[in-house]
Amino acid sequence: MRIIVDLNRCLGYAQCVFLAPDVFTLHGEEALMYDPNPDDAKRLRVLRAAAACPVQAIVVDRLDDTEGGATS
Amino acid sequence: MNRATATGFLRERAQQIADLVAAFKSSGRIVIVGASLAGLRAAEALRHEGFSGHLTIIGDEPYEPYDRPPLSKQVLKGWVPADHTALPRVRAIDAEWRLGVAATGLDRVNRQVHLANGDQVPFDRLLIATGTRARPWPNPTEAALDGVLTLRTRDDAARVQARLAAGPQRVLIIGAGFIGAEMASICCELGIPVTVTERGSAPLVGALGGVIGAIAAEMQRDHGVDLRTGVSVAALEGDQRGQVRRARLSDGSTVETDLVLASLGSMRNTEWLEGAGLAAGFWGVGCDAGCRAFDINGVVTDSIFVAGDVARFPHVLYEYQFLTLEHWDNAVLGAAVAAHNMVSLEPDRRPHLPLPAFWSSQFGVNIKSVGVCSFGDEVVVTQGSVKERRFAAAYGRRGRIVAAVTFNHAKWLEYYAAQIERSAPFPPPAPGYEQPEDRQPVPAAFPDPRVPTSIPDVVLTGHDPTERGAEFRAPSR
Repeated sequence: MRIIVDLNRCLGYAQCVFLAPDVFTLHGEEALMYDPNPDDAKRLRVLRAAAACPVQAIVVDRLDDTEGGATS
Repeated sequence: MNRATATGFLRERAQQIADLVAAFKSSGRIVIVGASLAGLRAAEALRHEGFSGHLTIIGDEPYEPYDRPPLSKQVLKGWVPADHTALPRVRAIDAEWRLGVAATGLDRVNRQVHLANGDQVPFDRLLIATGTRARPWPNPTEAALDGVLTLRTRDDAARVQARLAAGPQRVLIIGAGFIGAEMASICCELGIPVTVTERGSAPLVGALGGVIGAIAAEMQRDHGVDLRTGVSVAALEGDQRGQVRRARLSDGSTVETDLVLASLGSMRNTEWLEGAGLAAGFWGVGCDAGCRAFDINGVVTDSIFVAGDVARFPHVLYEYQFLTLEHWDNAVLGAAVAAHNMVSLEPDRRPHLPLPAFWSSQFGVNIKSVGVCSFGDEVVVTQGSVKERRFAAAYGRRGRIVAAVTFNHAKWLEYYAAQIERSAPFPPPAPGYEQPEDRQPVPAAFPDPRVPTSIPDVVLTGHDPTERGAEFRAPSR
């Protein structure tokens, strides 16, 4: 699966870090680091983390199959 | 014409215009040049706006759109592979992808984009989102040495990460902007000795000024970075196998190194627009705040739009100066405005007036900013403690707040953003607790703007009003 965190919006509340520590981690006190393409097995926990984010900064892909990519 | 006929005429005209817009939305052709964040988000926004015509996305890299900020952080650290950065899709875009082939020209008369493989792609409306690339080390022979790299793309990141993982003796980072500083931070985390050279007085001095830059310098030195400011690299030298071995600095010293990372800022990808008659050059592509490109004479075009790092647009908050913002959210927000305006007529068009914002994480500190710091001439620490690297600082110009930066103090940034948006007085009243004792603004110490090199001269030609126009001439040296 694919995710992105809008780090302009992220304020380091770290709710996601508690819910999916292998996907989200704090770098220092406040800077969030995350795995943009976590394994699909982690999907439920990532969705919970996205739902729990107080500033709703986590975007999760809404497509099962991503089109595109064929080289011209 | 009596009143009834006039009303009927107007109604008919309005219907004709509505029909034209509907026809364009259902069967028009839109081409997006640039398949990164701005290009992808624009494509999604076009479909969201109801555009169901033919959509083509052209990109010179062979990969589907990916996110760049993780490259200098998670990827270099070795936690996330470089090819695990593909952007999530927020809606289906049903586009024709032309990836791995660069656009090489624009024919505005025949409305075609020319590709490197000789193909021509016709369009009714065009979005330019070609972004920037890393400025290479200027000496081509030295740049070709094994172990001299830059960082901008996914492939760059994979190369740099592999080199770092192999355990170099000492890394030399040339240039202490955000990318250089983030790379230095990763080297420290990986336990690799690192030297950073910076021509200016401090790291981040161009973006944040000398006062905050001095704090960034302390952070680097505290983490063991061998930081050399006020010096430049005069030459890179390799061994017989062509592997880089040392750098000679402008102060006469040398640095023994086997991995050089040149982080000299970016260059805007506008060469493909040469001869197209747009206001495009080293400064980017000029456009209005509605993302419509200017032609070379400064006249706005109707069918060509610009978004992302390459767009230079006027900003009301900054005295209507034309700004380029190489920021993540500028690409996202600009793409949405451009897409909306591409399928809308005049009264419905929107302005792209973002409050600029960016973030950087380095040496365990989250640096965030809103506004344009370099627009300010004074700076004051308003909250927190510089010593503990947990503080907020505001930038002012002529008694108004124009920007703010926080170090591990991001929760307060919104307060400053609201002040900047309403041009509130500077220095701003400090909110909350933790107010430092010394709240006296000091000069922000930004370097003098340098005279840019290699700018083409713009000359006016033609005497007859129908022939009057501007023309680029090669730089005179």
